[in-house]
Amino acid sequence: MKQKGPRLGEPASLWRMRIVPIASVMFASALPLMLPLIANSPVLPPLGLLFFLCWQLLRAEMWPVWIGLPLGLWDDLFSGAPIGTAMGLWTVASIAVAYSSQRIYWRGFFHDWAIAALLVAIIQSLAALITHPHAATGRVLGLVVPQIIISALLVPLFMRLTGKFDNFRLKRR
Amino acid sequence: MVRPAHRRPGQSRKAQYSLFVAYVIAVTGAVAGLLLAILSVVDPIGFAQLRVASQEIAAPVARASRSVIGSISGIDDTVGAYVAAGTQNRRLRKELADTRRELVATSSLQEENRQLKALLKLQETDKTALANGHLLTSTSTSSKRIALLSIGRNLGVAAGQPVRGADGLIGRVLGAGPSVSQVLLLTDVDNVVPVRRARDGLPALASGRGNGDLDVRTLNIANNPFKPGDILVTSGTGGLYPPNIPVAIVVRRQDDGALARPLADPGKVDAVSVLRPYTPDNIEAQGLPGPATPPAAPAGAP
Repeated sequence: MKQKGPRLGEPASLWRMRIVPIASVMFASALPLMLPLIANSPVLPPLGLLFFLCWQLLRAEMWPVWIGLPLGLWDDLFSGAPIGTAMGLWTVASIAVAYSSQRIYWRGFFHDWAIAALLVAIIQSLAALITHPHAATGRVLGLVVPQIIISALLVPLFMRLTGKFDNFRLKRR
Repeated sequence: MVRPAHRRPGQSRKAQYSLFVAYVIAVTGAVAGLLLAILSVVDPIGFAQLRVASQEIAAPVARASRSVIGSISGIDDTVGAYVAAGTQNRRLRKELADTRRELVATSSLQEENRQLKALLKLQETDKTALANGHLLTSTSTSSKRIALLSIGRNLGVAAGQPVRGADGLIGRVLGAGPSVSQVLLLTDVDNVVPVRRARDGLPALASGRGNGDLDVRTLNIANNPFKPGDILVTSGTGGLYPPNIPVAIVVRRQDDGALARPLADPGKVDAVSVLRPYTPDNIEAQGLPGPATPPAAPAGAP
């Protein structure tokens, strides 16, 4: 007997539940290098990092804390920063997110926004400083300030996008 | 969001251990990653091959998206052409008549130009490119300004070769993959180019600011001789960049030099040429066909 539609209580596909978050972060990391855009300064927000943080803020226990290592390595390959930068910084960020979800009992929308914006600011600044160790600190930080502001303003959008992906991830067949 | 329930995984030893192990892996991994980053800043060449693989993945998509976006703007033009067909036709006929007259004048000038150039015996050989390609895409989320060039080792591109567009210098090849190569743009913070003022040969150093502009400093700090509008060309000092490639135009004076804008905008340039590096054996072998010897890859400032 062939059934139409989902069976009652049937869980979502395990494969899709695991793949969707990782694939979204990996695609977002690789996307800037696939656009025909020759940038004269860091103009695009760090798409991969924003998705990475939003997934962790939305689903605190979906990933183990070391997930930043493989995803960060992937991002480093495409971002142009020295390899290892995002590996280290993203992992520290996921430890920070895990810690914040322990400390703040009822985390709301504005908490999430503030945490994501703060982490993006810290990670982008440190990454720029690691990339250019010999340049003047003030100038290097000045380069990433516009990008940090854009990223902070875009966090709610990425939260919504992550939510959409999450609905798809958990959708029953 | 509700506080997650499983942060302290109860009495289950297995769950406690797996959480602990996850943290151990994360902390060691983070430290190792940051050490790796410092290592790859010190020795960028060692990790270049790893990045080449990712660029080979991204390049086909970049090629495709470049052609798609090109065709979208083409559609725009086509629609616009239908709307303005009548006036355009009149205008074009008028232009054609003007151009014919100009063409006659130009052809005589061209001949004169050719004769003068032959008299001067201008070195055309150093302008011959090793290979031509176009810039596909660039890093746009990090502070490093690296663009992807559409050709790689398949056409003889190797690390350390200068890259120029029609208007001026673009940068130098950082590493070459099988079919794409990465170009460190002129405006990168770590890219230093020895230049001289075209007018009087005043030597200076141009370094990128990372935001599309260049800082120009003279070797003589005592006075600040730059004026807005000064054209800077490569001096050929220190090898790598051949002399007399246009680099930048001075926009305004600063306390310790000048702010300059590159003459070739990598975002607008269509085709770029990869040149032979300006090394002693290449200068001697100029004009002779044959593959350039791969130079020692420059680390940091040339």
